[in-house]
Amino acid sequence: MSEMHVVAFLVENRPGVLFNISNMFRRKNFNIHSITAGTVLDDDTVRITIVVQADARGVNQVVEQLDKMVDVIEVKRLDPLRAVNRELALVKLTTTDPMAREEALKLVNDYHGLILNIEPDNLIAEVTGESADIDAFLAAVTPIGVEEVSRTGVTAIEKGRLKLEK
Amino acid sequence: MVEMAGTKAFVKSLELEGVKYVFGLPGGVVIPLCDEILNGDFRFILARHEQGAAHMADGYARATGGVGVCLATSGPGATNVVTGIATAHSDSSAVVAFTGQVTRATIGTDAFQEVDIIGCSASVTKYNMQVRKASEIPKAVKTAFQIASTGRRGAVLVDLPKDVTTDVEDVSFPETVKLRGYHPNYQPDPREVEWAANLLAKAQRPVVVAGGGIINSGASRELVALCEYLMAPTATTLMGKGAFPADHPLSLGLCGMHGTQAANNLVPEADVLLIAGARLSDRTTGSVKSFAPNAKVIHLDIDRSEIDKNVETVTRVVGDASLGLRGLLYNVSKLRASGDAGSQWSKRVSEFRLQMNGTGNGHKEGYLRAPDVVKTLRNALPREAIVTTEVGQCQMWAALHYDAYDPRTFFTSGGLGTMGWGFPAAIGVKAARPDVPVVDIAGDGSFGMTENSMATSIEEDLPVVVVVLNNHMLGMVAQWQRLFFDHRYSAVKLKGNPDMVKLAEAYGAEGVRVDTLEGFQAAVRRAIKSDVSTVIDVPIDPEENVYPIVPPGAGLKDALLEA
Repeated sequence: MSEMHVVAFLVENRPGVLFNISNMFRRKNFNIHSITAGTVLDDDTVRITIVVQADARGVNQVVEQLDKMVDVIEVKRLDPLRAVNRELALVKLTTTDPMAREEALKLVNDYHGLILNIEPDNLIAEVTGESADIDAFLAAVTPIGVEEVSRTGVTAIEKGRLKLEK
Repeated sequence: MVEMAGTKAFVKSLELEGVKYVFGLPGGVVIPLCDEILNGDFRFILARHEQGAAHMADGYARATGGVGVCLATSGPGATNVVTGIATAHSDSSAVVAFTGQVTRATIGTDAFQEVDIIGCSASVTKYNMQVRKASEIPKAVKTAFQIASTGRRGAVLVDLPKDVTTDVEDVSFPETVKLRGYHPNYQPDPREVEWAANLLAKAQRPVVVAGGGIINSGASRELVALCEYLMAPTATTLMGKGAFPADHPLSLGLCGMHGTQAANNLVPEADVLLIAGARLSDRTTGSVKSFAPNAKVIHLDIDRSEIDKNVETVTRVVGDASLGLRGLLYNVSKLRASGDAGSQWSKRVSEFRLQMNGTGNGHKEGYLRAPDVVKTLRNALPREAIVTTEVGQCQMWAALHYDAYDPRTFFTSGGLGTMGWGFPAAIGVKAARPDVPVVDIAGDGSFGMTENSMATSIEEDLPVVVVVLNNHMLGMVAQWQRLFFDHRYSAVKLKGNPDMVKLAEAYGAEGVRVDTLEGFQAAVRRAIKSDVSTVIDVPIDPEENVYPIVPPGAGLKDALLEA
């Protein structure tokens, strides 16, 4: 059965690595749902988190194909029960109507979000959570009026002593 | 640290890798490199097309088991190399391609002969890189050779901007490079080996399918020992030809779309199937569902990602084939005595071995039958001769009817199926093995694609023999049109092809046309003694089909045997 899997990996910080990885996903017909990347403690290493839609055999192939790449240092499919997933969304809400503004502020508060900017006609909210929380927040604010959304995609880390590096 | 120009660092790096031949073609941005190559301790073989240069390097790599090197200029030179490295990579052949690039400052400006070869080659290489500083050239060369020649071999491309090669910098030559993300896994996990050996020891109807990994690992002796111990009949994939001696009583020959009746019937009947160093492409398995319906499949491969990719396995052994097979034999020998598991199985095996190579193929009177030509060629050549093939009908006739007895005596473009591969590859093989006759089994369609390599063969004194099975057709496509497209020919007739004899003579090679098997045998014997290359033109029936053929999508047992 096809479902979402979170795969986390470390790569060499070298020009073209991100291209090579996305190219491999395209070549092998894997379906990337989201991808996030950033350097970690040292500047030589980039940690990438990919959410991929695949069945069990498919996600195994994703991990094996990544592992095979010379620039991939470590790779792991994260067990959803033993990892924390977070995503951040920036949402611009229409608030020309004062009632709408009131409602927006309440919802942002309910979802433990922040208000980053306020203009006469709109405001920008920042919401962090699991992808499902963000989906729920977006559903809740849609009646108010959503002008623009920017989501980061999932980043994840394992619980307890588990970690990516050996 | 020594101060030197990038060009010098490049040539010295190749020397340190023990490079004997570089196959290539110059162009604007590699003129400085070519100038320095004059001082190098290796031979530069001038090709007439960069694709040919890459195929020569590929042939050289396969024949030696080492690394083949090619060099091309930027832009069209580099894109011409792409087919060559894709072919090598697809067949796990260690080729390192160096391409020139425009200067660092002009990259991205769409300069003359600029192409993003890193982007172009990413999907068809094991690794690629653009060198950004002269001082990094030795490390780049070392990295390229290390990655190409270890683990599962493959093609690596190194892009060299012109000013990187002309800059003078402090340079040092590392003995090894450490790569954090690259750890080829040779030693199999003993638990995996034990588990697999348990299955093999209990098998009633064991079958082995051996692939090119056996040849790359040098594991033929281990393979034969295990198969003999188990009395397991052994088929090979196209890439595995030569991994198991064709004249061995347990040999089933080729398995797959144009496999022998023996292999294609017995593989699906196995109760335990050992896949050794093969990646099980669609051409080997036919319909995956009916490939091994009742078998517990054991997959031995150095590339973990191949396991469960196409065929689901019960157990795996990840590691070097020779170590894996040795481990399996050791463990199996602790569990059971040598010999037959069930006498019925050996009876069935010997029954099928009698009808190995298919039967009639409805060719017209007055033409030589292609299978007879191939068998006559085998008889006319010494045991250690090396054969390359082109792609299409000629390739499948060669695969079915040419008996290869030893590893590295039969080379073909199996994965990519690149027409025009066999001839330049044969020239590369000849560079590696000047002591043995090298023969390309060709068709007129394929030969036409890289026939200009003849100029290289003549001037570099690398004589090979090209047997052109000449049907003035793109034969395999024509065969599919006859069988699956209601006999409607579209774009397959090669009426304008040149006279092969005159073509050979125009290059200063020898050309001969034969119309009897005796004449053919005599021509081969003469050709392998000649100082120049020979083209032997053998007219065959344009309507002749390769049989057996498993129709696309069908199971191995559903082969068509004749028209």
